[in-house]
This record gives sequence, structure tokens and C-alpha cells, in this order.
Amino acid sequence: MEEKVLMKGNEALARAAIEAGCRFFFGYPITPQTEVAAYMAKQMPKIGGTFLQAESEVAAINMVYGAAGAGARVLTSSSSPGVSLKSEGISYIAGSDLPCVICNIVRGGPGLGGIQPAQSDYFQATKGGGHGDYHMIVLAPCSVQEMVNLVKEAFDLADYYRMPVMIMGDGMLGQMMEPVSFGSYKSSKELAEKTWATTGTKLERKRNIINSLYITPEELEKLVVERYKKYDTIIESEARSEEYMCEDADIIIAAYGTIARVSKTAIKRARDKGLKVGLIRPITLWPFDKKPFEKYSEKVKSFLTVEMSMGQMIEDVKLAVSGKAPVEFYGRTGGMIPTPEEILEKLENMMGGER
Amino acid sequence: MATHEIILAGFGGQGILFAGKLLAYCGMVSDKELSWLPSYGPEMRGGTCNCHVILSDEPVSSPLITKPTILFAMNQPSLEKFEGKVAPGGFIIYDSSLIASGVTRTDVTGVALPATQLAHEMNESKLANMILMGSLIKHTGIIDIETVKKALTKVVPAKKPELYDVNLNCILKGMEN
Repeated sequence: MEEKVLMKGNEALARAAIEAGCRFFFGYPITPQTEVAAYMAKQMPKIGGTFLQAESEVAAINMVYGAAGAGARVLTSSSSPGVSLKSEGISYIAGSDLPCVICNIVRGGPGLGGIQPAQSDYFQATKGGGHGDYHMIVLAPCSVQEMVNLVKEAFDLADYYRMPVMIMGDGMLGQMMEPVSFGSYKSSKELAEKTWATTGTKLERKRNIINSLYITPEELEKLVVERYKKYDTIIESEARSEEYMCEDADIIIAAYGTIARVSKTAIKRARDKGLKVGLIRPITLWPFDKKPFEKYSEKVKSFLTVEMSMGQMIEDVKLAVSGKAPVEFYGRTGGMIPTPEEILEKLENMMGGER
Repeated sequence: MATHEIILAGFGGQGILFAGKLLAYCGMVSDKELSWLPSYGPEMRGGTCNCHVILSDEPVSSPLITKPTILFAMNQPSLEKFEGKVAPGGFIIYDSSLIASGVTRTDVTGVALPATQLAHEMNESKLANMILMGSLIKHTGIIDIETVKKALTKVVPAKKPELYDVNLNCILKGMEN
């Protein structure tokens, strides 16, 4: 068995990207993800890659646009306020059908907010951020090991579907260390050659053009509709979640990322007290995996969404549950982390209200 | 091994994160499940600083500790902040050179060690953390010294191998107390 190493989430993210063949990193430092850039600054020159600290997040994402257009595997990472700045570029990249990976190690907002962990960028990541009809695939790891596997997969998904993929973590996951092995990811996708890349024609082929400007509405509509057919395929085949102790559950918690782990501790304590509680942990935030919610919506008494926000994913949970069961919410925000005790108290109140 | 949920806390610069890292590597070299979660931000640069380490046979759920089984406190605010959170039957070790009050709870075990004073006497004023760690290891028995030695080789910077002996001597000193 491959030896495990102890690494911070941020460093593991960076190493996984390099192992996935990423050779270009453009970024601008921001807590709590600066270790990503620090790791890249150290390692990229050793392997002939490019690390560049841009003058701003806006510049960094446009460098990503350029490198992606040339067919390279490219990464940028930031935290909430920085991702807001990148949003215009992300929309252009989506509108040009280019693959890249963007990491958001989320901190409290809005505005400059704070530097402690948060999940309050769920809407930004899954419903837009930038302008126009577009989506990114959004992956939400809950451990350092899953961070590694999903970062590697993110590059494959980006290339396979020709679109930006976001890794969404939080300050806790970025900063914490856990044992991790790097050899476990195996690609399941056959990737086509990037014949669309702007690499120079050498007078041997027609020009490739990368563009997101279409003045004729008929033409633009057709392109967007085509892109949404691709999104339908992704919704069909890539939506993913983990189920934990759902089979006999009276209440199912919906939580993603690190908060899913905090919820697991609450669930174990609830079960010790005889409360039947389970967990659905969305791994892809977009596409959102509706199936487990549909499966259990007529079996459970209610759902409880737990987030480090004022309630964002809860909207997707409600859409999936479709009125068949009540969906309650517990959240902390601004960098505060819900504790297992708080979640347990909420669960007990929900069960108490029944009796 | 049962699950040990350890909060280490003190001022930035006292080597709280390093001490936590040593415990985490003890878990690594003995093939345990573990997590190491630091506080981050301005507190690392002179304010209060803490670190949550979980060592277990089971996969770690919440990396955030709310009911520590062990508290390792190196300043007064840390003891005040975390004493009430320690699980009943838990263990508290603190640096009595820097903490005037003691453990007031009766349902936990409290051990006082003048670690900073001992460190000064050894002329290793920056290593009170390792002296306190030695004492923690002795009193709780959560890990043995051979594991600690293996772990120490991993946390001492490769460029400064001489620090291995210095740290180990302080841990051994702590184990005498």
C-alpha cells in the first residue's frame, strides 16, 4: 500500500493538481488558501510549469482563460472575495467552452467579510456568480483525501465536458491536516485530443477561434441551447452524493463539505440517544443529486439542512424534496461553525415537537 | 486506542501548532486515523492560538473538537476558555509557570507543571511546549516514547536535524515530572 503523508488541505489540493498534469497556476494570495499558491510557487519551477502571481484576481482568471484556450491544464484558486472578482472571467470561460479548474476555499462574507470558514458562496458557485446562462460543475470535498481525488477528477471532468469545474472547500478543510495518499484516483473518462485549442495552425489546419461574443441573437441562442443539452447529460450522469444511516432515519440531515462531518458526529450522538437520524452529503453541488432526496422524501418525518451560511443549499434540498416532507434549517455564518451539540439540540427540538 | 480529542492552546509563538503536529505524527507512525485543525489568522502572530488533534481507530467525523478529552494549556486565557469544555473524566495539563490559577473542576484530572521555568533552567526557553508534552505523555499514556521518537523525526525540519535531540531531551525532562 502506498505510504500516506500528512498534509494540509490546501497543499494536498496543489499537489493533486500537479499530479493531474496541471502546469499553469495563476493566482493572487488570500487567506485561507494562500498555501495553494505557496506550494505552486515552490513546485512549479521544478517541473517546468508556470507559477504566476498576477496583479489581481481579475488578471489571474484572464490568464487562466488564455492558458485554457491554448489547451493547457490550468488552475486558479482563491477565497470568496477573490472569486467574486474572478466571476466575470469565469462567465467568459464558460461562454467559450473552455476547461479549467477554479478552487474556492470559502471564508465568511459578504464584502471582505472575515477569514474564518464559511459556505456562504453556494449560490455564487451553483447559480451563476458571473452573468449569463451557464453552469460550472461544483465539487465539494469533505476530507483532505477526497480533496485530492476530486481535484484530479476535476481536471478530467473539465476536459471531458469542456467547461470550468469548481472545487469548493472552506477554510477549515484548507487549513487542516489529515493523512492522505495520492495514488488512489483512476480516471474513468476517455479524453479526446484538444483539436479546438489555439496552438498555432502552422499553416496545416484551419484557424481555431475562441470567443464568447455572438451579436446575432439566433446564433447565440442556438449555442446556449446546445450547451444546456450538455448540462442535461451532466445532470444525468455526474450528480453524486453519499448516504449515511438513511435507511431507518426519521430525520435526514443534508450537509456538504466539512459540515457533513460535524453532522456525522451529531448523528452518532443522536443515535446513542435513540434518535434515528441519517445524512445525505451532496458531493457535487452542481449538478445537485436529487435522487436520494426523492427516494427518502416519503419515508422520513423531515429533513434538516445544516450549513455554514444563512441557508443556501436548502433551496436545492426543497426543490428535490418537492413539498413531500418539511425541510428545516440550522446554520451559523460569518465564520462561525455549527457544533455537534447545536445540531443535536436542533434535532431534539424537531423530534420533541412531534410528541 | 480509544478516541482522543486533544485541544492544545496558548500564545502564538509557544509552539502550540508544533506540539499538535507531533501528536498528529504519532498517529501517522502508528497508523491511526487522525486530524489536525489549527486556528489560523492573526492569532498565529502573538494572540491566542489553538489546535485540535484527534487520534482514533475510527475515521474522524468532526475535526472540530467541542468536548476535549485532553486539554494542553500554556496560558491563562486558554485554561479559562477550555477548562469548562473538557469532557467529564478528562485530563488537563497546564504550564503553572504562566498560569496562576489551577484547575477548579473536580470531575477531571488536573496536572500542573512549571514547564516554562524548567525550560529556562535547561536553557531551552522556547521548548516549554515539549516539556509539557513529555509530562502529558507520561500521565495519560496515550502514546509511548518510541512512537514519539519516530514522530519527532518527521516534525523536525530536515535542514535542522540537531533539533531532534534538543526536542527529545525536553520531552524526556517532562516525562520525569
